[in-house]
Amino acid sequence: MLRLLEIEYNKLRYSRSARILIITYFILITFIALIASIEFNIGEIEFRVADQGIFNFPYIWHFNSYIAAILKLFLAIVIVSMMSNEYSNRTIKQNLIDGLSKKEFILSKFLTVLVFSGISTLFLFIVTMILGLSFSDFNELSIIFSDLEYLLAYFVKLTGFFAFCMFLGILVKRSAFALGFLVVWAIFEGIVHAIMEFKLFKGTDLASSIMQFFPLESMSNLIVEPFSRLNAVQAAATQIGSELNKDYGIHWYQLLIVIAWIAIFVYLSLMLLKKRDL
Amino acid sequence: METILSLNNLTKKFGGLTAVDNLSFSIEKGNVYGILGPNGSGKSTTLGMVLNVVNKTSGDFQWFDGKMSTHQALKKVGAIIEHPNFYPYMTAVQNLKLVCKIKGTSKDKVLEKLEIVGLLDRKDSKFRTFSLGMKQRLAIASALLNDPEILILDEPTNGLDPQGIHQIREIIRKIAAGGTTILLASHLLDEVEKVCSHVVIIRKGKKLYSGPVDEIINSFGFFELKATDMQKLEELLGTHPKIGKITTKEETLTAFLEEPMEANEINSYLFEKGLSLSYLNKRKESLEEQFLQLTNQTEQN
Repeated sequence: MLRLLEIEYNKLRYSRSARILIITYFILITFIALIASIEFNIGEIEFRVADQGIFNFPYIWHFNSYIAAILKLFLAIVIVSMMSNEYSNRTIKQNLIDGLSKKEFILSKFLTVLVFSGISTLFLFIVTMILGLSFSDFNELSIIFSDLEYLLAYFVKLTGFFAFCMFLGILVKRSAFALGFLVVWAIFEGIVHAIMEFKLFKGTDLASSIMQFFPLESMSNLIVEPFSRLNAVQAAATQIGSELNKDYGIHWYQLLIVIAWIAIFVYLSLMLLKKRDL
Repeated sequence: METILSLNNLTKKFGGLTAVDNLSFSIEKGNVYGILGPNGSGKSTTLGMVLNVVNKTSGDFQWFDGKMSTHQALKKVGAIIEHPNFYPYMTAVQNLKLVCKIKGTSKDKVLEKLEIVGLLDRKDSKFRTFSLGMKQRLAIASALLNDPEILILDEPTNGLDPQGIHQIREIIRKIAAGGTTILLASHLLDEVEKVCSHVVIIRKGKKLYSGPVDEIINSFGFFELKATDMQKLEELLGTHPKIGKITTKEETLTAFLEEPMEANEINSYLFEKGLSLSYLNKRKESLEEQFLQLTNQTEQN
């Protein structure tokens, strides 16, 4: 295992573009802290984002994991290109000839995906702790460490997304096209959702219950947007007479769906590699 | 003798096309083998199959008498296929160290092998800055990292300039002299003739011959003869029991032997019959002539 990770680490660390993207990604996560300093004035009222309670424990776990997950696209580029470059440089062929088995090859890539997700989660934990401890109104230990399941969801969500990227990299073999495919797939899911929601199953919940099994939808379902949970937004909503009653929690079956997709993507990658002649 | 690799009825079909057709042969330790065949005859596909990058359709192959799985066996093999594949953004040394990691050998030999192929002064240059000849030499260095039991080279001189070809051949000769088993695929006859002791000839995926280079066809050689009276020469030769086919080319008679015979024997025979020769030469077919004869034979069959 360690040997496989070392191999991948060596492939990545000398690649300048991968290095820049990875560093940018982690710097951007720390930039979540910058939101704290956003201030603007609406007429007489001075508005400071940090004062709206977004950095309160335990809400901050939800908020930060949602925001940080948006940045995953940076690592997605790294992962797609680390797969497809093996094809365009034909190094995958040489790797296999040198005695790496096809299973080991996929495993080394998937381990890298896990490490990326793991480090991201750890990083998010540290950034969130620092931010929370500096701005949160509640600092009791029990409150700080409640709702930690958002971190687990974040980890699974990232792993799922990266496993999808890994599969696309192998499937398409060209990084640009693989990323294009990712966008096309996202649009495809959107269209299918719209058709089911507004045409086929109008007025029922059926559309969402089917859509939750689609890969990208299942990943985005893991962490629901946190904005409408803010006091200010809730208050505004009550004023205009609508009740916001959203389920913000994390559910085991949602985690399970994404984990199933991870298994499927890894398995399909291996099958694809086994079936193809290089 | 120790068998390193054996193929049993190995077959590969790409759709309707049969690239490799029931190929069987085995590689013994210590010999230098050539796989000879025109372009597209299935050489690279065959090597691809035994190297785990092309899936076989049927038949099977065994490394080291089947004592280990293919990918384990490949760690004891050094191989380069077609053109050299490395990470372009990494230097020669970084690339070789990565190969060491994959093969699970120590990194001590990186510089030593770079020296063998004459790339020591470019060890810290990025792979993408290398010329084709240098890339090919780096590939050989990489294949040697684990001190392999067998070195597999697929068209190692393809696309190189004469100087590059010469360098590569020198390196191969040096390695072969060290006792390493080598399997060399090539469409260049003189390359195989110069380097190999054994040869497997394939055409359209079928094996035509496998065995020592100098026994490709059962031939006792031939005489090239000239005399002032060519007509009488041809008549006399035609009646000799040991001589078969006779052809004339550019005022020289070529008489093929059906039984072994030395040049002095034919000379004294002709002299006794009252004919003196102006030119007599006994030769064996070159690999090229043998190869063409062999491929023509199969075409006629």
